[in-house]
Amino acid sequence: MKIVVCIKQVPDTNEVKLDPVTGTLIRDGVPSIINPDDKAGLEAALELKEANGAEVTVITMGPPQADAVLREAMAMGADNAYLVTDRAFGGADTLATSTTLAAAIKTLEYDLIITGRQAIDGDTAQVGPQIAEHLDIPNISYAEDIKVEGKDVIVKRQYEDRYHVVKVQMPCLITALGEMNKPRYMTPGGVFDAYRTKEVKVITRADLSVTDEVIGLKGSPTKVAQSFPKSVKPAGTKVILDPKDSAEYIIEKLQEKFII
Amino acid sequence: MNLQDYKGVFVFAQQVDCKISGVSFELIGKAKELAAELGTNVTAVILGDGVTALADSLAVYGADKVVVVDHPSLKEYTTEPYTHAMYSVIESYKPEVVLYGATAIGRDLAPRVSARVKTGLTADCTKLEVDAETKNLRMTRPAFGGNIMATIVCPDHRPQMATVRPGVMQRANKIAGAKADLDVVELTFEKNNKYVEVMEVVKTVVDKMDIMDAKILVSGGRGVGNKENFKLLEDFAKVIGGEVSSSRASVDAGWTEKDQQVGQTGKTVRPNLYFAIGISGAIQHLAGMEESDVIIAINKDETAPIFDVADYGLVGDFKAILPILTEQMKEIMA
Repeated sequence: MKIVVCIKQVPDTNEVKLDPVTGTLIRDGVPSIINPDDKAGLEAALELKEANGAEVTVITMGPPQADAVLREAMAMGADNAYLVTDRAFGGADTLATSTTLAAAIKTLEYDLIITGRQAIDGDTAQVGPQIAEHLDIPNISYAEDIKVEGKDVIVKRQYEDRYHVVKVQMPCLITALGEMNKPRYMTPGGVFDAYRTKEVKVITRADLSVTDEVIGLKGSPTKVAQSFPKSVKPAGTKVILDPKDSAEYIIEKLQEKFII
Repeated sequence: MNLQDYKGVFVFAQQVDCKISGVSFELIGKAKELAAELGTNVTAVILGDGVTALADSLAVYGADKVVVVDHPSLKEYTTEPYTHAMYSVIESYKPEVVLYGATAIGRDLAPRVSARVKTGLTADCTKLEVDAETKNLRMTRPAFGGNIMATIVCPDHRPQMATVRPGVMQRANKIAGAKADLDVVELTFEKNNKYVEVMEVVKTVVDKMDIMDAKILVSGGRGVGNKENFKLLEDFAKVIGGEVSSSRASVDAGWTEKDQQVGQTGKTVRPNLYFAIGISGAIQHLAGMEESDVIIAINKDETAPIFDVADYGLVGDFKAILPILTEQMKEIMA
């Protein structure tokens, strides 16, 4: 079985702070990480490899420095890594991104494709299902659990108030929820191999059979018209009182606001 | 593509078990505002098995027209038959705008449809408006984990599509007794490689109130410390007539359930009163609750960012404050 896992390098948005004066993002010193949902997807692939035997390939689209997340994935246990990178891919929205990634995946062999549900910088959750559409294969989103039985994949698919157990035939694409597992750490030997013996293969514009009209800025139906910091409401009052006075303070405020 | 050929604001009216999801009515409410500015009308699209009878309830909430695809292949939600149905409706009606709820269904269906139609899609919008000059839809959404807002347009492709966060848009006033102007669309569903089999449906939420419907929420975070301490929040919530919700940290720690989670990857709530107890106020959490009418925060850490959005902040130990507050409230409410 051949598994392709799509991963993305993202800034750790948990570490992002806002400049209290300008309201803009302070990006300096914010670490880059493997997007958490993607890392869970990679862990799921590695577990399937251990249970069923599989070759795990990771692929990412991004600038040259995204090499780092591919090395990390190989240090965790991925067998192969591909970096999809070219200036021609820049400025892509989700449709152009998914078109590019699907075209790159077409150059590989796959039975099962796993992506994270969504990336923590864009939060769209769109690229996974869109890749599946371009490849004309089924997709199951929001997976809490993935099992392989012969030619089928059995997925526990989460909804707000229920889950479905769904059987889908390979080739197919699954989007993984971050909470489905706890990703393993890199091993020292894995790190050594990832940087010394394994290679990251590069896929560029020239390797893909797509027209210029469907990639990059040109292939992106949506444009960012404006981006702005969130409006901040003025801070309220903050008090330090002993517990009894605290309770009375809350009751006083609730009565003032006619809540009780 | 001739943009002038595309007319009307369409809403994917999600139903589950033949019950229309609340977000569908919110979308119709918003669609009516947009349609008024565009000089067009609102069509609700309902897909399912045995759902034709639901059409009138969509008219009651303001849909001018209802398009129904009623077929056994659409009984449980699965991606391909729903995509086929939605794609077919879009191809034949050519709407200028299509809105979906940003639900576990909408956020799977809409991307698949967008890739089939080859148009743009903006995820998880919290604001929609019509550009006065171009008449394009301006779709605003949080990005970067809720740190910034981005306004997206889709100028040269139609339809302009968006998923919209539940709990953000207002429902329109009901029109009692309204009857739907109904179009029943007959489609054939041919099984292909993209069809999947739903082997089991397991409902996980039992007769608990949805935190999105609660008027008062008592919400706990990492600072609550353990599952047992949540009992203090439950006792207080009971006395004040509220529900218990939580931050992601509490869900991850196993103290609360996923359906109680407020925030960027949980639910967006706007109750009359929100208690944030032991919640530091990560931006992802604030994104889900800062529209609450009144926010009261209790936290030991004087520098916690939750105090920046709280109307009233109390620096202190909730374990000392909450039992006293619960007792005093009991007397007042008695």
